Amino acid sequence: MEVKSSEETVEPKDVIPLLGPGHSFSTITEKISSIVLTRYTPISLFIGIGIAFIIMNLLMATVTNLLFTGVGIWGINVPVGWGFDIINFVWWIGIGHAGTLISAILLLLGQKWRNSINRFAEAMTLFAVACAGMFPLLHTGRPWFAAYWLFPIPNTMAIWPQFRSPLMWDVFAVSTYASVSLLFWYVGLIPDLATMRDRAKNRFVKIIFGMMCFGWRGSARHWVRYETIYNLLAGLSTPLVLSVHTIVSFDFAVSVIPGWHATIFPPYFVAGAVYSGFAMVLTLMLPARAIFRLHDLVTVRHVENMAKVMLVTGLFVFYGYNMEAFMAWYSGSKYEKFMMYNRMTGPYGLFYWALIFCNGVVPQILWVKKIRQNVIVLWVISIIVNVGMWLERFVIVPTSLHRDFLPSSWGMYWPTIWDWGMFIGTMGFFLFLMILFVRFLPMIPIFEVKTLLPESKVHHHEG
Amino acid sequence: MDNTNQPPKNDLIDLASIRARLSKEQGKVYWQSLEAISGNPQFEELAKQEFPDNTEVWIDPFSRRKFMKIMAASLAFAGAAACNLPTERLIPNEKIIPYVKPPEEIVYGKPLFFATVIPFAGSATGVLVESHMGRPTKIEGNPDHPASLGASDVLGQASILNLYDPDRAQTCSYLREGKSWGAFVGALSEALEARRQKGGEGLRILTRATSSPTLASQMKSILAAFPKAKWHQYEPAISDSTRAGAQLAYGEPVNTIYNLAKANVVVSIGSDFLAQGPAALRYAREFGQRRRSSAEKVLRMYTVESTPTNTGSSSDHRLPLKPSEVAGFAQALASALGVAGVSNSGADNAAYKNWVSALTKELQENKGTSLVVAGSGQPAIVHALAHAMNQTLGNVGNTVSYTDSPEYHPDGFTGYTDSLKELVKDMEAGAVDMLVIVSGNPVYDAPVDLNFAQAMSKVALRIHYSSYYEETSELCHWHVPESHYLESWSDARTFDGTASIVQPLIAPLYPTKSIHEFFAAFTDQKDRTSYEIVRSYWQTQFANDFENVWRKSLHDGVIAGTAYASKTVSLKADAFASASLPKSTGVEIVFAPDPTVYDGRFSNNGWLQELPKPLTKITWDNAVIMGPAMAQRLGVTRTYGNSGGEHGRSYVDMVEIKYQGRTLKAATWILPGHPSDCVTLHLGYGRKKAGRVGNGTGFNAYSLRTSGEPWSGGEVQVVKVNETFEIACPQGQEVLHGREHDILRSSTYEAYKSGKSEEGKESKGHHEEKKEAEESVEHLSMYPEDEHKYPGYAWGMSIDVGNCIGCNACVMACQSENNIPVIGKDQVLRGRHMHWLRIDRYYTDNGHDEPLDNPEAYFQPVPCMQCENAPCEVVCPVNATNHSAEGLNDMVYNRCVGTRYCSNNCPYKVRRFNFLQYADFTTGSLKLLNNPDVTVRSRGVMEKCTYCVQRINYARVEAEKENRSVKDGEILTACQSVCPTEAIVFGNINDKESKVSKLKAEQRNYSMVEDLNTKPRTTYLAALRNPNPELNKKG
Repeated sequence: MEVKSSEETVEPKDVIPLLGPGHSFSTITEKISSIVLTRYTPISLFIGIGIAFIIMNLLMATVTNLLFTGVGIWGINVPVGWGFDIINFVWWIGIGHAGTLISAILLLLGQKWRNSINRFAEAMTLFAVACAGMFPLLHTGRPWFAAYWLFPIPNTMAIWPQFRSPLMWDVFAVSTYASVSLLFWYVGLIPDLATMRDRAKNRFVKIIFGMMCFGWRGSARHWVRYETIYNLLAGLSTPLVLSVHTIVSFDFAVSVIPGWHATIFPPYFVAGAVYSGFAMVLTLMLPARAIFRLHDLVTVRHVENMAKVMLVTGLFVFYGYNMEAFMAWYSGSKYEKFMMYNRMTGPYGLFYWALIFCNGVVPQILWVKKIRQNVIVLWVISIIVNVGMWLERFVIVPTSLHRDFLPSSWGMYWPTIWDWGMFIGTMGFFLFLMILFVRFLPMIPIFEVKTLLPESKVHHHEG
Repeated sequence: MDNTNQPPKNDLIDLASIRARLSKEQGKVYWQSLEAISGNPQFEELAKQEFPDNTEVWIDPFSRRKFMKIMAASLAFAGAAACNLPTERLIPNEKIIPYVKPPEEIVYGKPLFFATVIPFAGSATGVLVESHMGRPTKIEGNPDHPASLGASDVLGQASILNLYDPDRAQTCSYLREGKSWGAFVGALSEALEARRQKGGEGLRILTRATSSPTLASQMKSILAAFPKAKWHQYEPAISDSTRAGAQLAYGEPVNTIYNLAKANVVVSIGSDFLAQGPAALRYAREFGQRRRSSAEKVLRMYTVESTPTNTGSSSDHRLPLKPSEVAGFAQALASALGVAGVSNSGADNAAYKNWVSALTKELQENKGTSLVVAGSGQPAIVHALAHAMNQTLGNVGNTVSYTDSPEYHPDGFTGYTDSLKELVKDMEAGAVDMLVIVSGNPVYDAPVDLNFAQAMSKVALRIHYSSYYEETSELCHWHVPESHYLESWSDARTFDGTASIVQPLIAPLYPTKSIHEFFAAFTDQKDRTSYEIVRSYWQTQFANDFENVWRKSLHDGVIAGTAYASKTVSLKADAFASASLPKSTGVEIVFAPDPTVYDGRFSNNGWLQELPKPLTKITWDNAVIMGPAMAQRLGVTRTYGNSGGEHGRSYVDMVEIKYQGRTLKAATWILPGHPSDCVTLHLGYGRKKAGRVGNGTGFNAYSLRTSGEPWSGGEVQVVKVNETFEIACPQGQEVLHGREHDILRSSTYEAYKSGKSEEGKESKGHHEEKKEAEESVEHLSMYPEDEHKYPGYAWGMSIDVGNCIGCNACVMACQSENNIPVIGKDQVLRGRHMHWLRIDRYYTDNGHDEPLDNPEAYFQPVPCMQCENAPCEVVCPVNATNHSAEGLNDMVYNRCVGTRYCSNNCPYKVRRFNFLQYADFTTGSLKLLNNPDVTVRSRGVMEKCTYCVQRINYARVEAEKENRSVKDGEILTACQSVCPTEAIVFGNINDKESKVSKLKAEQRNYSMVEDLNTKPRTTYLAALRNPNPELNKKG
């Protein structure tokens, strides 16, 4: 990996380093691999996975009922055809944005602070996309057909999907994103998997990691190929970060419904996605850092940088809210105006103001450096932002639908226990996968953290 | 009487002789039971009673094979899951004559139409019934029938569902135990024999209103055989005051017929004549014709009423008054018009003073071309006043004519309530020992003060004949199931006396009996079929050329020349001498037949239960309807629930009504335009034994209704109780939120014809408006202009908002034609009702000071707009909704995966989604109901109006076979064909000469939410009203 050493030397004194003091190649390897290989699993992890498993079963129960009974178990109705299903889809897919952004864009921009958090964020991305991916399929009335009719599979009837439909684009956008993210994550894992193989004492574990690392030996040729493919994938992922949520926003922007039909949606959705993604990384990373005592690998500098990204994207999003309101007025359309007025003062008005509070007001305290460095406050803010981003989708989806053009068909939407079951269930599923990940795979890229050591630079200078 | 019920004694079977006979038979011998082959005459007698139709096969050894065949078919049918029923079984044995095409033989897949009439509440409406492979599936109006003129109403449309209702009574029963018809006939004969000596003393027969000449003649002969027996009639929803009013005015109970075609000014005094009553369809048709913008002189209509009705809401002026004030208004108007003998007291009542003066002027200017109509719920005096006003204005002979009543009554009949009262009195006195209740349900619907059930319990033998095992059946010994009118032969006269034959389309689904067969059991010809009975009656009427008359009558659906001649009547001089008006006493209550379930007889009909009521839009319940002012005073409110909300779930406060010492706790509903200090409660709800659909819906108005004041009364106490009730109402919003121009345009004829709209409302005339809209919108498209061409047909629809009276017939027709499922109250509460075509009701301020108390109401039918730039099509990811070459938005159910995106993106919200498995795939009898030309949708599939594409395809195929193009008017969509006012017109818009093109060329044509540039094929004609400028002034 090419690192400009000059940058390293001019770093101001008061900047918190990206790596704690006293680390060498071996201590880093030891510290990270021991979580998987030698250390006792903390009791909190057992409790966590137990809870996650129970909640995940709520998902199983809900999906079973859903498949047997139909989407009528949810609270959706005719003006509001989409409810929690699409809210949660968009929410999860937004959360799934941080990983690729951190891994790919920051890699290409040479932001070294990404190195200790990228794998964690990527794993989170994958699992969030897995949760998100469930909704578009299961929200359909007949998922057994939707599962393959949405793909352009040649057939004797010569029936193709509707290529003009944003839902169709979604299928491609999300599946491409999911597969590239998976590849990217896995490729990044390979050198570390080899490390695990080498360090494992247990023969069975050795074999498993051995198979997973595809025979990585760490030769120079391997490293050259690795660098090439990793950078290629990073280049490939970068546009995807922008495209996925842009296309998700098209689900709304392409329609004619006031509150959906807005050109501001693509950038505003992408910013929102990054915003919620970073919030979720913080929400999960901070406890993991405490549990596994990774304070020297994930330092306050990392945390603060993430807080800064949150602040910036939060401002984008807040700008988006204000522009929506402005455009509603500026458009001169009575439907747009009514939509905004209804959002603010209608039956769901409380949600709108809660959204403004969570996403617009609360993040402003991140301007204060002390707060950015206060892990506990940051964790609370990250959760508020997550709630806020969920509320944003709630405000967009049902609030726009519930009162559109003809007053005769105005209605209300409220979730049923099955809506909640599916939502909370996916959280359990997500948490379950996340805990498995931190326990069984090196959650911090060992070899990339090593590049932060002075030793790696010496080598570089000499070479 | 029980003897016939006993199984035959064992000594009937002579084993030795059977053995002997079997040994003589050659080949295989099949037998059903030992009795069957014993050849015993007693057994044969028994068999005759059990299977009257089939006895000859049964006894005749040579047709045993045929018998087995019939039995097998019956058994297969009883299993009833079968879709592929043997058609020979379904078609009635007797010859029935199809309406248009003769059935050389049934062509598979081709429907046949048969003319018949629906006998209903002492009248009849002519219909054509569509039959697919022997199954009746759809009711249409009969253009040749005077009460239909091609239109059809909600009750008629929905009546077909009752035929297939799995909750129908399916067998005779004695104390709930299933019995055979034979057993009943045996018991009946015995009971009658016991009374024959005493001339039938103690025998009472209670029927509903009837206009069947055959039934009348049957009753005559039964009463002749049992001279001391008595025939009573009761009909809860027919007002006696109509008859009493005619009696009061003319000294005889004449039948009144209106002719709106000749009327320029119509004043309705509490009458919903456009939607209720035997001739409503005809009046609505005439009304519609006189309200077109092309009409030479547009009719102007005024309504004075209490409960807002379709008629009142379609009027140019509506005055809400309490029931007692309505009578006062009638008197004041009559007095002002100079009707002799009417006092002018109360003429200066501020509530209607300016109306009386304006109407007097207008009516006197239109002598001979005006019309005053009194509502059936009004007291007799109001009817008499209306007759007198029509006489004074010279309308009789022009817009009003009189005939004999088409109904048949017992001798000495003075009214339904009186007749029932007399029966109850006799029962209480112990003078009745055998009561036969035919088709009615008096235990449920008799006036509460008569205590009918209690009086009935004193009768020794109680027989109930009805289609359902209902409240009355529970308290009777015998119950005999009634055949549906589509299963039995009968006849009926309609409002003008025109008689028709009721011809069945299907053999009875269950061993039920027609009313004529039931009464035949009272005579010595017990096993006569209704076909023989009806035929033999008409044979006596048309001795010459009977066969031709019969054939033609069956074919046409009317018996030519049977209409009654109009009568000349003269007003009694002392008509109003002893007249007294109802006094206004505190809060008043109005009882009225329900717009959907009528008097409760349709309670178990899911279509009707789920049909939003015209003004309240409530489904599945009734409620105490009150005006906003009264609700405010009582503190009664309505809030919308979270789920469904304005589109489904409403929480309303409950009240307790105290009336004449009885109380009823019921939900409330606030209805703009309802007068204050007055509540309305519709009949027909709160049933306990209606069936699975109707049980437990709504609140029983009969528990308050007395024989003295069946339609309205005073001194009502309404107290709010601390409870709420969930009401399923699919349209919560009542106003247009400033979107009038986009959604529902209205103006006046005067403004329209002079090229400018009503002052204040619109600054531009419709012409300019349209031109501007064309310039700004129509040419703006991202697609090249000629990208989408419709070279062949281009289907389009025009809906005249002004002509829609909100009668719901189109909604019901659509449900019937398109196999639209019933989803139940719970799902409607969740905002998921399934009607492809809905009628939106909006209120606007009509310049009154208190728009809530008297708003102007508009009805707007909303089917799929079939947009050319359809927002639904582009968003479907699987191409399940497509644009056809003829411009329809086709819905491919097979392909739909149910993302619901199309519905979200539909600006008109006309798409409906099967959130759960709504279509009934399991109930055998309901499968027979389905239109085979329309897919029955499964769970997870979106559905919507298709312009009845099955009808379009049928006509196109027919036209192609004849090498011609489809003619204008050849395709009638289901909604269009039933519409009584002809507000819906469908056709080819490529044909500039078609009716629909001409309507679309009118300047008042507009499309809904035009600015979206969806280019809907369904466009609207702005509502035009014809207000009286004098009354239109504020204050």
